Amino acid sequence: MNAPATPVTPKYAAYICSGCGIGDAMKVGQLENIAKKEGKMALVKSHPFLCNAEGVQTIRDDIANEQVTHVCIAACSRRAKTEAFQFDGVAMSRANLREGVLWVVAAGKEHDEVRQEMAADYVRMGCAEVKKMKQPAGNVKEASSKRILVVGGGMSGMTAALEIADTGYEVVLVEKSGALGGMAANLWKRQPFKTPYAEAQDTGVAEMAARIAANPLITLHLNSTIADTSGAPGRFVIQVAQESGMVSEETVGAIVQATGFTPYDMAKLPELGGGQTNVVDQAGLEALAKQANGGAIKREDGKEVSSVVFVQCAGQRDTTGTHLSYCSGHCCGTSIKQAMYFKDQNPDIDTVVMYQDLRVPGMGEDFYRSAQQKGVIFSKGKASKVTGGDSCAVTFKDLILDEENTIDADLVVLATGQVPNAGVDLEAWNPVVTAAEGGDEAAKAQRIVMHGTSVLKLNYRQGPDVPQFKHGFADSHFICFPYETRRTGIYAAGPVRRPMDILQATDDATGAALKAIQAVENASLGRAAHPRSGDLSFPTARLEGCTQCKRCTVECPFGAIDEDEKRFPKFNEERCRRCGTCMGACPVRVISFENYSVDTVGSQVKAVEVPEEDEEKPRILVLACENDAYPALDMAGMARMNYSAFVRVIPVRCLGSVNTIWITDALNGGYDGVMMMGCKKGDEYQCHFVKGSELAHYRMSKIGDTLKQMGLEPERVVTQEVAITDNARVVKLINDYVAELDKLGPSPMKGFG
Amino acid sequence: MTINQNAANQAAVERYRNNFLKEVEANVEEGHMVKMCMQCGVCAGSCPLGNAWEHSPQKIFMMIRAGKRAEVLGSDSMFMCTSCYNCMVRCPRQLPITHIMHGLANYAHRLGLAPKGQPTRDFATLFWNNAIKRGRVNELMLTLRHYFRGGLVSGIKEAMGMQSIGLGLLLAKRLNPMEIFGGHGVKDLKGFHAIIAKAKEIEDRKKGFTA
Repeated sequence: MNAPATPVTPKYAAYICSGCGIGDAMKVGQLENIAKKEGKMALVKSHPFLCNAEGVQTIRDDIANEQVTHVCIAACSRRAKTEAFQFDGVAMSRANLREGVLWVVAAGKEHDEVRQEMAADYVRMGCAEVKKMKQPAGNVKEASSKRILVVGGGMSGMTAALEIADTGYEVVLVEKSGALGGMAANLWKRQPFKTPYAEAQDTGVAEMAARIAANPLITLHLNSTIADTSGAPGRFVIQVAQESGMVSEETVGAIVQATGFTPYDMAKLPELGGGQTNVVDQAGLEALAKQANGGAIKREDGKEVSSVVFVQCAGQRDTTGTHLSYCSGHCCGTSIKQAMYFKDQNPDIDTVVMYQDLRVPGMGEDFYRSAQQKGVIFSKGKASKVTGGDSCAVTFKDLILDEENTIDADLVVLATGQVPNAGVDLEAWNPVVTAAEGGDEAAKAQRIVMHGTSVLKLNYRQGPDVPQFKHGFADSHFICFPYETRRTGIYAAGPVRRPMDILQATDDATGAALKAIQAVENASLGRAAHPRSGDLSFPTARLEGCTQCKRCTVECPFGAIDEDEKRFPKFNEERCRRCGTCMGACPVRVISFENYSVDTVGSQVKAVEVPEEDEEKPRILVLACENDAYPALDMAGMARMNYSAFVRVIPVRCLGSVNTIWITDALNGGYDGVMMMGCKKGDEYQCHFVKGSELAHYRMSKIGDTLKQMGLEPERVVTQEVAITDNARVVKLINDYVAELDKLGPSPMKGFG
Repeated sequence: MTINQNAANQAAVERYRNNFLKEVEANVEEGHMVKMCMQCGVCAGSCPLGNAWEHSPQKIFMMIRAGKRAEVLGSDSMFMCTSCYNCMVRCPRQLPITHIMHGLANYAHRLGLAPKGQPTRDFATLFWNNAIKRGRVNELMLTLRHYFRGGLVSGIKEAMGMQSIGLGLLLAKRLNPMEIFGGHGVKDLKGFHAIIAKAKEIEDRKKGFTA
């Protein structure tokens, strides 16, 4: 690790801005005094327009000439004027006097007193925080690998490899089979991806494979799988095992997992003719079309097909829980394309697509229209029974005419769905490992079998593959952070992360390729990846205080923490996203970041002046997630909505980083209540660190006992889920909570702190 | 069904077998657009008389594609269309729905499969025959024939019910009682009938009907 940049003698300075009306509504002179006397700042200045060139220069000059190392800026929100207030090499805190006080406390003289108290507390908090901060020096890696491993040589994998190579980075491409192309290589044609989106197009697999073979930046391993992955972003070590048994080692900086899908097994659909003659799935039809090579498509028995029925949603969108519950997205378009194979060859062939809802994303509507023009019949119906044989029959319910019907056909095609190749499900893995570690022989054998099915064979304490989310797809937030898995530096692309067609998969692969490039660059500079990209801080643990409780290793959503041979936590800084969930988990509080720690927040909690009971001025601590809740509070200020001046808001990196000591400290110190605001959790989670908000809710559900011991009501600690758009709601939440606490009466702890 | 119609019907059945969609495409005005329907149901929801018919346009199109020849050609729906063009304006696939409905009505009528005794169809026939006779509509005769379509007693009743309006029309000189003796026609009646006959001949030829 590099030496910390903070010089031996720290010098603290506070700058108070009186612009934007702060000076008119608050007594800035008094705030200066507080910063000096209570905040113990060596240098305190006020300025009428701190973010202008002259104001910023004042600070720069002090840093240069007065050796100021720590700066507290009491002005606007930490989310505003970030470019003006950026000083390299110094630690900085921001006291939010504008969005946090001026704009949210009701106007008028009668509120002058509470407004001033609120501002004074924020100045105290800002000074207290900065004194506990260190400027993170970062941890630049001399020998960080910038090569990128792509797992899977299908359409997604080939696209990712080519895109990465085109930007000048080296690629290691590992493909299990003996040839590139994956599922796409088995297609006769693909859905159109170019205007006018009317005709099926060539897959382009051969051309892409040739480009990969000719590209000197791409190292290709065919007939190979991953035998072991260890390390972290910038230093992954991969054992690539060939079919022959030969193992070669590759060092890479990031991984793109493009392991695609397997079609849902038709044999599970006996009622729809799965397994009977002349009933095929979409892959089966592609094989027949390839065999026909543009001529008449023939069945297995050699008969030319003169009528064909496509049954959509076969074993998909199933509400009974037997088959896939989701829509695979590509199958309507694929059936349209396959119906065209017949119509283009001979317009007299009867082709019926039986659908429930025709779903053709992107430009698929044009393709659908083109098929209608070619005379493909689309019937809205739900097939209940398919019988195969020489003359197949499809029994279905016509959903428009509301009646049972049967159509005969020479061939029936079942549109089965996509099952992701995401490897081992960690939810199933972990209990097996626990049992195996407990000595269970059956579990030990099962662990070996499960490990064999793993894709990445990650040498992580948390399991060999990336965590899965819904239906076995690799976890990724489909809107906010689509390619991010819960393993830093490993990006999922294509149908392994959600069902999709080729066009979407190639877009996906391009996105994941760019994320992987960001990851190797960030790792080489010792910086965090998304969502705190660029953050130089990283967690360290004071191991002499550690009790080896393993909570940090278990709760880290990103599998960043392993255990060393003495069972102490071993931080893999490059895997870390800097959310602080480990810090919130640690019962003995030994984990901290240089600029964010139990102390930086704890000292703010303690810096607030809590009035005596008879003053009837309650104090409520709000711990707000800096990703969504804090911006929502800022926006409430921008919209000039008013909330109670009795709250004191502290932004946190994630609710997962909230250590219960802050809450007990606050309550012991006489605060009347603590409100936590985090992101949405659960299946529709919006937490930027996936599990932080959920963990916080879980931890707080256990805080009741502590409160009881303190003789406090459970209502004194509440946890709320808020979205970034909830500016009006956060105001209501705060005001309602203040009213509720008012009914509850003042905290009995007042005066004992 | 006349012998001619029967023969035409048999020929069509024979020719298209069970591919009714092809039959519609070949014989019905704008019939080639039926396959473009995407079953969204906007036409059915837009029809102001929707609940007065047996089948909405959406259902008619689905039935055509499902090969339900007898049900489609025997449906009253096409005759209940008031040509408001609401469906046609709203159809996201730009199907000329109103025209198709008229085309289907015409085709069903030619084949003699259109529903018997369907009031709007009967009135349309009455109107056509009346207008063709002398090249102009004889309003008095049209009204009387309409009133007396169900026999003498109901005719008198219906006419009596409308007598005040009739009297008003008479006083305003909008109704000429002398029209009962045949009324006036176009100047060149022979020429007019020749035009109609020629037009029918052309249409029959176009649609494959041989008289």
